[in-house]
Amino acid sequence: MKQAIVSYPKKDQSLKRRTRWGETAIQALLLLSGVFSIFTTIGIVYELGKEALLFFRNPSVNLISFLTGTEWQPHIEKFGILPLLNATLITTFFAMLIAIPLGMGVAIYLSEYATPKVRGFLKPILEVLAGIPTIVYGYFALTFMTPLLRSIFGKDVVEIYNTASAGLVMGVLILPMIASMTEDALSAVPRSLREAAYGLGGTKLEVALKVVVPAAISGIAAAFIIGISRAIGETMIVAVAAGAGPKFTFNPFQGAETMTGHIVRISGGDLSYDSIDYDSIFAIGLMLFFVTLTLNIISQQIVRRFREVYE
Amino acid sequence: MNQPETKPKMEFSENVTRRHLSGKVWRVLFLFSTFFGILALATLLLNIINQSSGYVIYKAKVDPVTLAVDGVPLKSQTKEQLMSVLQDNLSKGAYNKIDRDQPFAEQSRDDTYDLVITRIVKYEVETSWKLWDSLTKRGEIMQTAQTEYPNDLLRFNVWINPDFLRRPQSSDPVVAGVRTALLGSLWVIGITILVAFPLGVMAAIYLEEYAADNRLNRIIQTNINNLAGVPSIIYGILGLAIFVRTLEPFTSGTLFGITDPTTANGRTIMSAGLTLALLVLPLIIINAQEAIRAVPGSLRNASYGLGATKWQTVWSHVLPNAVPGILTGTILAISRALGETAPLVVIGASTVIFFDPENAFSKFTTLPIQIYQWTSRPQDEFRFLAAAAIIVLLALLLSLNATAVFLRNRFSRRY
Repeated sequence: MKQAIVSYPKKDQSLKRRTRWGETAIQALLLLSGVFSIFTTIGIVYELGKEALLFFRNPSVNLISFLTGTEWQPHIEKFGILPLLNATLITTFFAMLIAIPLGMGVAIYLSEYATPKVRGFLKPILEVLAGIPTIVYGYFALTFMTPLLRSIFGKDVVEIYNTASAGLVMGVLILPMIASMTEDALSAVPRSLREAAYGLGGTKLEVALKVVVPAAISGIAAAFIIGISRAIGETMIVAVAAGAGPKFTFNPFQGAETMTGHIVRISGGDLSYDSIDYDSIFAIGLMLFFVTLTLNIISQQIVRRFREVYE
Repeated sequence: MNQPETKPKMEFSENVTRRHLSGKVWRVLFLFSTFFGILALATLLLNIINQSSGYVIYKAKVDPVTLAVDGVPLKSQTKEQLMSVLQDNLSKGAYNKIDRDQPFAEQSRDDTYDLVITRIVKYEVETSWKLWDSLTKRGEIMQTAQTEYPNDLLRFNVWINPDFLRRPQSSDPVVAGVRTALLGSLWVIGITILVAFPLGVMAAIYLEEYAADNRLNRIIQTNINNLAGVPSIIYGILGLAIFVRTLEPFTSGTLFGITDPTTANGRTIMSAGLTLALLVLPLIIINAQEAIRAVPGSLRNASYGLGATKWQTVWSHVLPNAVPGILTGTILAISRALGETAPLVVIGASTVIFFDPENAFSKFTTLPIQIYQWTSRPQDEFRFLAAAAIIVLLALLLSLNATAVFLRNRFSRRY
């Protein structure tokens, strides 16, 4: 009986650690999936870099005039990035004009004022707002925001396609993101800090603005930077509402094409692989990639370096 | 004696009033910010609903009343009767051409009806109104219809309707539908899931369960976090260079002997699916990592204690407990991919395509692309079609998100 239940290991079947080939194979496979993301990054840098290099090798392009030229007219061989960059900065500025103050307001309200019940109602609304596809926001900009701006400022002032409308709607898109990141940062501030401030006689507002916000400032700054990075890379809203055709203008009520908008318009047609247009979208893309990557890394560094650690 | 005592008290209370007042003002400002968010969402939805139905004046080239066969009006005719209408009103050559392109034997009654509408009746939209105007200025609209368009058809048209879902894309707004785009979206998402889900979950398992804290793994983790922040249009450019151009023999299907003359290049469903897979991969990994991290260590230790190997522990104990979280995260990532437009425009999704995609190597269009294309056209009726397509897209996303919330609430466990 006993023998049937317990079988002792034979001499060669030791319980010592031994190589299990199945386990090793699985681990290798998993490692490969993990490393795959690095291939993606290498792919982005390599492909963008390769084609961008072809673009800069073109006799009609040089790096200086690319970075300082105020005209982007491929048909007369003028490739100055400034009109596109300028439009991107204008839309980003308007987006931040909406998203930063209102996002902060929402975050402070949610974390400091709202009761759990109200929070439970408001947070899903913000999540819905964040989950709406950007093309829908583009539609909203073109069919609602632009007519609204035109009725306020006059049809002579505001063009049908303009950067202000695209930027403002982009602000609505980015608002929930900034709000939720800021709220996370505010909620991470320990209760004891608030209690201490109340104990010294602070009002609710003073506690929120003079104690909680400064304590969470690194997280808030990170949220702003991520928001800016998102606005720079945002594409469909500007493609629909900001206008086609690069134009160097500081007037937000005129149409102007952003970097992303230009990539979409150029690649929307059937693009032949050997044209300078094809190469130019890679050069713009590379610039976009490095700008957003730098902003994202700065944001991570801010959180890592300046985060106040409480016990 | 009394005076010096009361004076500071006075100052103190004055100060308090001011402080409380500013507290109230700011509170209103915070509340306003929150209210603004709700208002924006409401305006956005109302704006879309407002444009998704309303009065339309149609001008018919041939009055449908004259097309009645044996007293049966066009609407209730059988397929055979509709075919005879086509035969009577089209030249023999045109009729035979239709039969060659889309054989009548394979058509449903509704298809034939659509043919009669597009080829003979040829409705054109003369004017259209938004929903709000249609409701509030009804009398005015009726009057305009009678005085300016006495011979035309005035109808209250709900742009989003069953026919809209059933019909293929068309350049004619009267019979345009989203079937082509909807099927395209589903095909693309299917490929995205097939590629990104296994890869993402495996990477997450590696990072959470296997990876030691060494340099390589830290690089992988940082890299994934950074990839999640790369603008989607960059993925489009990457997809254009790698999938459409470099891997063209694979993505156009010629490698598998599929030589569809319409897909001579790599701008296919396969390219789109793979591009979106790269896009959502970091999101799936990050979400799956969180789900795996939430499984308590005691479960793992219990499994090891019973002599299980690492993989046995992961497969039989960690994964089953992490599945709801992983699925929720994946669904959220997929719904992001479903609404993604920019990368697909860049890899060259065709905007004009009238046939359903047949396989993974077909040309395609997707819902967001369709919305983009319709929105870019200046005529009102295309804006209304775009609004209808947006409602379809939002409904799809909402049901996906509802599934995610359901999974989270139904299966998530707290330890």
